[in-house]
Amino acid sequence: MTNKLDYLKVQAAMGRMSRREFFGRAAALGVTGAMANTLLAGAVKAAGPQKGGTIKVGMSGGGSGDTLDPALAANQTATIVNRMWGQPLLELEGVSGLRNVLAEEYSSSPDAKVWTFKIRKDIQFSNGKPLTAEDVLATFERHAGEESKSGALGILRGIEKMSVDGMDFIVELSSANADLPYLMADYHLIIQPDGGKDDPTAGIGTGPYIVTSAEPGVRFTFGRNENAWDDTMGFADQVEIIVINDDTARVAALQSGQVDMIDKVPPRTAGLVARAPNITVHSKSGPGHYVFIMHCDTGPFDNNDLRLALKYGMNRQEMVDKVLFGYGSVGNDSPINASYPLYTEFEQRAYDPDKAAFHYKKSGHDGPILLRTSDNSFPGAPDAAALFQQSLSAAGIPLEIKREPNDGYWSEVWNKQPFCTSYWGGRPTQDQMFSTAYYSKADWNDTRFNNAEFDKLLIEARAELDQDKRKAMYATMGGLVRDEGGLICPMFNDFVDATSARVAGYDESPSGYGLMNYYAPAMCWVAA
Amino acid sequence: MGLAAKLVAQRVALGLLLLFLVSILIFAGTLILPGDVAQSILGQSATPEALANMRRDLGLNEPAVTRYFSWLGGVLHGDLGTALTNGRDIAESLGKRLSNTLFLAFWAALLAVPLAIFLGLLAVRYRDRWPDKLISGVTLASISIPEFLIGYVLMYFIGVKLGWAPTVASVYDGMSLGAKLHAIALPVAVLTLVVLAHMMRMTRAAILNVMQSAYVETAELKGLRMFKIIWRHALPNAIAPIVNVVMLNLAYLVVGVVVVEVVFTYPGMGQYLVDHVSKRDIPVVQACGMIFAAVYIGLNMIADIVSILTNPRLRHPK
Repeated sequence: MTNKLDYLKVQAAMGRMSRREFFGRAAALGVTGAMANTLLAGAVKAAGPQKGGTIKVGMSGGGSGDTLDPALAANQTATIVNRMWGQPLLELEGVSGLRNVLAEEYSSSPDAKVWTFKIRKDIQFSNGKPLTAEDVLATFERHAGEESKSGALGILRGIEKMSVDGMDFIVELSSANADLPYLMADYHLIIQPDGGKDDPTAGIGTGPYIVTSAEPGVRFTFGRNENAWDDTMGFADQVEIIVINDDTARVAALQSGQVDMIDKVPPRTAGLVARAPNITVHSKSGPGHYVFIMHCDTGPFDNNDLRLALKYGMNRQEMVDKVLFGYGSVGNDSPINASYPLYTEFEQRAYDPDKAAFHYKKSGHDGPILLRTSDNSFPGAPDAAALFQQSLSAAGIPLEIKREPNDGYWSEVWNKQPFCTSYWGGRPTQDQMFSTAYYSKADWNDTRFNNAEFDKLLIEARAELDQDKRKAMYATMGGLVRDEGGLICPMFNDFVDATSARVAGYDESPSGYGLMNYYAPAMCWVAA
Repeated sequence: MGLAAKLVAQRVALGLLLLFLVSILIFAGTLILPGDVAQSILGQSATPEALANMRRDLGLNEPAVTRYFSWLGGVLHGDLGTALTNGRDIAESLGKRLSNTLFLAFWAALLAVPLAIFLGLLAVRYRDRWPDKLISGVTLASISIPEFLIGYVLMYFIGVKLGWAPTVASVYDGMSLGAKLHAIALPVAVLTLVVLAHMMRMTRAAILNVMQSAYVETAELKGLRMFKIIWRHALPNAIAPIVNVVMLNLAYLVVGVVVVEVVFTYPGMGQYLVDHVSKRDIPVVQACGMIFAAVYIGLNMIADIVSILTNPRLRHPK
């Protein structure tokens, strides 16, 4: 039977046999539908990428206010659209690695203050203009300049001086940063001719595709970029990205074959969706997490015993089961999980009403604690808040829930009110995550965490090139946040995406975001 | 017809005044909402520097009154301005969205209005017998179910299970009329089901009212067939209330289809408006609001004028 099945697999993968036929014959050999699907996917991958056809993607998150300017990209649709036509210097790969994209190689001075990126030669933009180090410099000037509105402005703050030497792009930092290469993989930092200073929305880059039509919030279409250089991507002749914000409509579009892949399958229905024979649901763990955040400097949360009481009153497994429907993993009150390089595991904090009651009593606080939440602070946040209320009441801690409107939540509640629900998408390195949200002077220090030891370690670790020492430092910092910080992190959410059997080459391993770090339309191919 | 001309002129002038007041209301409304456009564009990733740079570029540091009058001046010159969020020309992007919305509304109306009136007549003809009860039952059920649910149900059975019509109604330039009609089949069906009952019930009630009159009895005694009586004698006298409710529903098809547009991902005005309200993009919200208000006022005006012109008592007031 094995030989027969192998033969069928090859035939189907080569396109000599239709999928339906393959399933039929495989069934005759006693293979179930789901099993046959897996076999076929494996075979198609082994047969190698096929050129041609159109890949259609149903995406959430896009709006008609979006633009093609990478500096203003603020949602997943904008990110995936920009990745079709443009490329960064470096991109994430594997669990903690980096892939050289437009930078051929990079190196740093021993003190990690001066970094040199060697730009690839003989690459042309889609308009025929050759890529130079000046274009790279101009791009970074646009994102880091005084006038910048770029979402990457924050991470580029440490840059003191940038210069060009032949094909070398040189960055000098005001203080050492061993993680600078990771910052280059930020999704805003797409290299444009002359940095996009003439027309940031032109959509001209070095990616596998060119933009053939762009209707923000509706539909983007792409054709081949004849000047593309990177042969690891760009197999389909055309790519179409359709914005479908409604969850049910997005899933229905995949089921009815109108699109070949979608992002953000609602965890609630993912199990049902996966049952369809021609659909595969991909779940990938990532650094994204859902949080309950307390301001450490505002009463009653300025008391560490009260913070600990709330942390012990959180039933993490219940959250993963009932809010994420199993598509995630439990958190441990630190923003770091195994998806980060240099991760150290801590003892898992478990739900313990007795300890919660003990710390609550010790804190001396009396009266209800107000938690603000909204639907868009994370999917299922109001449900999670209600579960939290129940698990706390078992410890005798009264929690009052205030439902806030979605509209204006990020400007009026998050980072303003002392206790609310929120989410973090995570960052590629621990240094970035900690500097963005736990450094005492960070704009988004949304727990108002102010710990001198933590701040000192953060700066030291950034300059430390010895990985073992860094790892130990990050472990200490994670412990400080876990035991003294204002973060209650019950769960890390998975990226849940789905593809139909029409496309092949899907790989769940790339780190970063869902849909193969949003490169799926360029790196998959049409199977049949 | 001097009287009719005067009537129309009067109504149009009133309509324009109303539009002006609406524009002030919308502007004030968007100012009350929390947060501003710069914050909404940059979202969670806003840094104070980026925010300040963006506010300055977008002219948000000007006082609100100045912004309102510079907008009003532009509109009076036929310039709707550019969207704050993506810098695109509003008239251009809006034009496309508006024509999409009108396209959907047109086909839904073409199907729903004759169907509703025909079903109304049929219900009168078989009053209190099973066809009347069936028609009323089905249409009342379809108006009572939330439209997104009807959308999902049709999507599941007709789109996913049977595969007859696409579940995503995306239309774009370069599609043939046939392809476009196929794409919008499901949203048109949902809209028809939603507006049918109201128009059908009104037709039925208005005609039944007229059917009590003495002249209908005369026509009956003359030996005319029932359907002819309804069609020739009752309907013309019941036209005013029917036109009123038809116009209300047409207005709904243009301004109230946001939910259907979202469910079927149809690139119409409603979706466009919602996107920009959440981004606090005031010029776009203003432009959409003005168009919606103009459609509403215009259609209601037509209903008024038609009901006056079809009623001799109103046409010749004492």
